[in-house]
Amino acid sequence: MRPGLNKLQTGWHALQRDRRSVVITWLALGLILACLPFLTELSLGRSWVRILDFTLLYIMLALGLNIVVGYAGLLDLGYIAFYAVGAYLYALLASPQFGLHWPVWAILPLGALVAGVFGVLLGAPTLKLRGDYLAIVTLGFGEIVRIFLNNLNTPYNITNGPQGISQIDPIQIGGIDLHQTQHLLTLTIPSTHLYYYLFLIFTLLIIFVSIRLQDSRIGRAWIAIREDEVAASAMGINTRNIKLLAFAMGASFGGISGGLFAGFQGFISPESFTLFESIIVLCMIVLGGMGNIAGVILGAILLTIFPEALRYLGEWQQLLLGRVWVDPNDLRLLIFGLALVLSMIFHPAGLLPSTRRARELHARRSILAQEQDSLYEQQR
Amino acid sequence: MNNSVESRDTSNPLLVVQEVNKSFGGLTALSRVSLQIQSNEIFGLIGPNGAGKTTLFNIITGLYSADGGEVNLAGQALLRCKPHVIVQHGLARTFQNIRLFANMTALENVMVGRHVRTHRGVVGAIMRNTSTRKEESAIRAQALQLLDEVDLATAAEHLAKHLSYGDQRRLEIARALATEPKLLALDEPAAGMNPSETLDLQQLLRKIRASGITILLIEHDMRLVMQLCDRIAVLDYGKKIAEGSPAHVQQHPLVIEAYLGGNLA
Amino acid sequence: MDIFSQQLINGLVLGSIYALIALGYTMVYGILGLINFAHGEITMFGAMVSLAILHALLLHTGLPTAMIFALALLGAIGFCMALGFSIERVAYRPLRNAPRLAPLITAIGMSIVLQNTAMLIWGKKFLSFPDIIPIQRYQIAGANITNLQVAIIVLAIVLMLGLWTLIQRSRLGRAMRATAQSPELAALMGINPNRIISATFMLGAALAAIAGIMVNAYYGPAHYTMGFMLGLKAFTAAVLGGIGNIAGAMLGGLVLGLIESFGAGYISQLSGGFMGSNYQSVFAFTVLIIILVFRPSGLLGERVGERV
Repeated sequence: MRPGLNKLQTGWHALQRDRRSVVITWLALGLILACLPFLTELSLGRSWVRILDFTLLYIMLALGLNIVVGYAGLLDLGYIAFYAVGAYLYALLASPQFGLHWPVWAILPLGALVAGVFGVLLGAPTLKLRGDYLAIVTLGFGEIVRIFLNNLNTPYNITNGPQGISQIDPIQIGGIDLHQTQHLLTLTIPSTHLYYYLFLIFTLLIIFVSIRLQDSRIGRAWIAIREDEVAASAMGINTRNIKLLAFAMGASFGGISGGLFAGFQGFISPESFTLFESIIVLCMIVLGGMGNIAGVILGAILLTIFPEALRYLGEWQQLLLGRVWVDPNDLRLLIFGLALVLSMIFHPAGLLPSTRRARELHARRSILAQEQDSLYEQQR
Repeated sequence: MNNSVESRDTSNPLLVVQEVNKSFGGLTALSRVSLQIQSNEIFGLIGPNGAGKTTLFNIITGLYSADGGEVNLAGQALLRCKPHVIVQHGLARTFQNIRLFANMTALENVMVGRHVRTHRGVVGAIMRNTSTRKEESAIRAQALQLLDEVDLATAAEHLAKHLSYGDQRRLEIARALATEPKLLALDEPAAGMNPSETLDLQQLLRKIRASGITILLIEHDMRLVMQLCDRIAVLDYGKKIAEGSPAHVQQHPLVIEAYLGGNLA
Repeated sequence: MDIFSQQLINGLVLGSIYALIALGYTMVYGILGLINFAHGEITMFGAMVSLAILHALLLHTGLPTAMIFALALLGAIGFCMALGFSIERVAYRPLRNAPRLAPLITAIGMSIVLQNTAMLIWGKKFLSFPDIIPIQRYQIAGANITNLQVAIIVLAIVLMLGLWTLIQRSRLGRAMRATAQSPELAALMGINPNRIISATFMLGAALAAIAGIMVNAYYGPAHYTMGFMLGLKAFTAAVLGGIGNIAGAMLGGLVLGLIESFGAGYISQLSGGFMGSNYQSVFAFTVLIIILVFRPSGLLGERVGERV
């Protein structure tokens, strides 16, 4: 055994000694997460609990896209299509649209599966494409899905077109209707809180799966493909299958969160699944720190909460300037865009880059490095 | 070809390259190149810049497709196989302009090399059942073992891009060895190394051969090639102009001409 | 009326406009490897600024219409060049050596900022082009064509020929091509890459400004969101032709314009009445995907498949 191995082992022992503080940290975090909706309602009001619910949905989406972009390095600009597939599947199977009322436990796995199949369908023709070519094809795919949703009301009414589908069945679990306020002993739990807990469970599950995948043979293969596809195939990785797997896994996360979204909202329309949404989810993972689960979660939280916080711009103007000069709704996106620009300029690798430091796509730089190499070769 | 002296025993070739042709646009890169590499030898492939060495290398390892000819590894036809299938058949390679997974640690790089000899999929990864855990710890142990063999155990947790040039070269070899190759193909492994690193490399390659692995070596460092290789083939303008023992090749008039009084040791 | 020749003319007009915008994407990409997502917004600003100048001058001065139009055109071009220059300085230059996706995000951010700035300045209303171009209609091969359509096609061709000459013949063009090949080597040859990059952004912005005016004059009212879809289509055209390739952007623009136009004309027949013209984009994107599957680097793109 070399010193390096010994060092690794001492590191492991130190980690185990730290177990107790780790457990305490996790317990505290669990307690905070459990009380969060009530604390939020007390301090900011019920509408913020709804925002919390959406934050969790976006975390799931971002973690799904992170598998495709962050791990496998495949730039996907049409990711929201899988969210749409999951949402519409739920809406069609549990609403008066077709008179079907399937239970949620049947729809969600089916949604994950169907979205996964869509992921493979998208992935298959794009396997040979690199970088920006892939981006434009995925973007086109996302648009195609949205346009179909928008127009499949004639000649047969499937999606109800731009009007969308309403009166979607609320999510019911074990006879508990999450749209109804529930009472537990002396505790009154409103619907938004119930959904929070449900989404939290799914989010934790997806985080768990992400972590497990990241530290696995498959996760390493994804990252290897991202780092250097040629070298990966020269190491015996079947790049076609492993890429398709990334598309399918990422898409199935999107499908699940889409189903949850439909049940939560009770109403969906193609407007929720525009290219802009795909772009925002991409911004979440790049802003937070691609490939790093904690970073992606942070990005999703910031980009969901920040635009909502900007709704208070009117009050702040009143406070600071004496009157409302500009409609806060008109300023929100402007400031959001500025924030995106500034945060990337100051944190180009994301706010929380991966623990292995910059695990990002250094395409341009590596090309330069190769050019220098070949120059070097010529001089020799 | 006709100028080369037929070399020793050809009864048990591991790799047979037969009449391989390749042209890029109108440019002929390889014309009817044939070679045989015997089991457990160190075979050198040399030639001036642009002679077609790396092209041949890329054809054998499946990155380029050949215009004609045949390549067989232990009886398996390799042409028209995808690169990853060729690795499965037992041929691993390194790259002339090092292609490590730059943002992965040295250990992870080698662990990726184990991919082709391991099997657990998504379900195993998520459930982390006994067989997956076993496989994973075996991958880790084997990777550490290999890092140790190339003297990189202390750098296991360093990112590949932060390693020195020589270390990166050796890491690439360890990563290739992790695929359990029958034939290890090295594209200029000594490029950019200082003399003492080159000496270490020489020992490492001997050690690898001693463990039963055949080596195909492209190299510019003539001293290394002449000291290390059992047999050498020389390419010039896409044609094989000589093949045989180092001593034979060094005396060969065509070779001397090709190198034009170059620094042939 | 002959549908085929009519759609051919419509497609050529649309394609010319796409091509002008696509050139901006492809030139920037060729040099920086960056998708300038804000480029569509520059097109929108071209339309908006020219409108503002037109309205102001028409209302407050008695200058001849042609002169006012020329002033509006020049004003929009100048403004957009300044805008392109500033965007590069502010949002892209600090990220020159950053991870590849970082400038993509600042580009998206810039696009959002520009769109909303335009909304604050010009509001959310649709702004139509003043009635200063007397439209004349001609009949050619059973199709209607207007003098405006002819003007757009001719102007686009002139601009593209001009750009081609500039890039192939002029000092600036040579420097641009050298920088696209290798910024480091170009710098060693005494070329200042920063100046070349700025010039590229300004050149692309000028073409986008003209395209913006064309869109406004021909297709209808300007709106602060108009740049997004235009930019997207033009980017698609650039990729279709082979991104980074000047001739590719021109070809890609024309092909995409024709695909969309014929798609709109024939999609209903092709799908047995199932799909109407609202599936125009589906048709365009599907063709794009099919083309890229068979030519992964676009129509005129470099084949990278065999380079290791």
